[in-house]
Amino acid sequence: MSKTYYDPADLRKFGNITEWSEELGTKFFDYYNSVFQDGALTAREKSLIALAVSHTEKCPYCIDAYSKDGLQRGITKEEMMEAVHVGAAIKSGAVLVHGVQMMNKVNKLDG
Amino acid sequence: MTKLKTQSLHKRESELANSNRQIEILSNGIFKSGELPKFKDKISEIGHFPLRPKKLEILQINVGYMCNQVCEHCHVDAGPDRKEIMTKKTMQQCLEVIKNTGAHTLDLTGGAPEMNPNFRWFVEEASKAGIKDFIVRSNLTIIRANKKYYDLPYFFKKHNIHVVSSMPHWTRGKTDKQRGEGVFDQSIKALQDLNAIGYGMPNSRLKLDLVYNPSGAFLPGDQTSMEKDFKKALLEDFNIQFHNLFAITNLPISRFLDYLIASENYEDYMYSLVEAYNPSAVTNVMCTNTISVSWDGWLYDCDFNQMLDLKVASKVKHISDYNEDLLNDRNIVISQHCYGCTAGAGSSCQGTVA
Repeated sequence: MSKTYYDPADLRKFGNITEWSEELGTKFFDYYNSVFQDGALTAREKSLIALAVSHTEKCPYCIDAYSKDGLQRGITKEEMMEAVHVGAAIKSGAVLVHGVQMMNKVNKLDG
Repeated sequence: MTKLKTQSLHKRESELANSNRQIEILSNGIFKSGELPKFKDKISEIGHFPLRPKKLEILQINVGYMCNQVCEHCHVDAGPDRKEIMTKKTMQQCLEVIKNTGAHTLDLTGGAPEMNPNFRWFVEEASKAGIKDFIVRSNLTIIRANKKYYDLPYFFKKHNIHVVSSMPHWTRGKTDKQRGEGVFDQSIKALQDLNAIGYGMPNSRLKLDLVYNPSGAFLPGDQTSMEKDFKKALLEDFNIQFHNLFAITNLPISRFLDYLIASENYEDYMYSLVEAYNPSAVTNVMCTNTISVSWDGWLYDCDFNQMLDLKVASKVKHISDYNEDLLNDRNIVISQHCYGCTAGAGSSCQGTVA
């Protein structure tokens, strides 16, 4: 067994998940590939969304994949970092907005 | 003033200046162990081995490896310290071929071809042959490098030259990282000079195309999308126009191979190339319609094979013995670097092929 849970080389093997469930794996990849085509949003915009979500999900494979994808699309470092900040802002906002719940509770108990 | 980033591998006496060492690296490791399939096996699967030429369309002549830039990923290992320059005698031999070739495109490259002291004479003579498409691959900064080159746009225009120039990105940082400090600003000025006399303008007969190749260990994105992004950014930021963008994959040879190894990206990059292998690109790879001539007159299947010193597998090996019919009856020499031309939408000096 590997000594670490994550091996960067495993990303290359992602496609192999179809080997143990071809129908579901194929459906997933068909869906996945369709999602990232140009649509109401451009593939470039979707790549930046994927990069932000990769960070909020803390998925190292996804971060590797969408950092590279961004470079291939000519996305700049500044654009990539702004996208990560969007993810970070939502994450921190999601924590902070619970402060209202805390305030409600404190006010009810000790208001 | 453009600041040079490095010296050539040759000047540094790097082991990768030796083409045999490069071929050894490309043949061993993950390819020898069978972890990745060899290019020969891959094209055998679709019945394309041995790879054979189609009709010759492009005669590409490298007039010398001297250049005013030392770009990080240059497959030629060009730079100011390279002294390999085509002589007038070899140019005369090339002219005889140009007059009689069936190719519709003549493509002059380097180095910076304009630095060859006989460049203008050669262009003037070659343009008399009436070749349909006469390309000069200009690095742009040469136009601004010295006042003796300032009139190059007018010279190009006079001879109806199709100018093809490298531009790795529409931002200063990415361009200068790859091509040297100050290259972006000088390239922008040169493009504005070319635009000013009609090059690259909509409906202009003066063709100006840009070549994009990635600034690091990744493959180029979709050529059409990249062209759209380049056009928008260059027009908005600098009022620059051009016709087409060619997206070219970096092949794992010379300085790019050196970079891949030094940055520990070599294996991942080779995986990327093999995973992106596109069988439909194989039928149109540029070696099937191109002959590449080196500064000293030797003949190759492509500019990349020239840098690896893999001469054509033909009785005719030199421009002095040129015979198009004999040359077209040959097997194309391949190695693992060829994956670079079959990845994704394919890659050639004229952009995507699939």
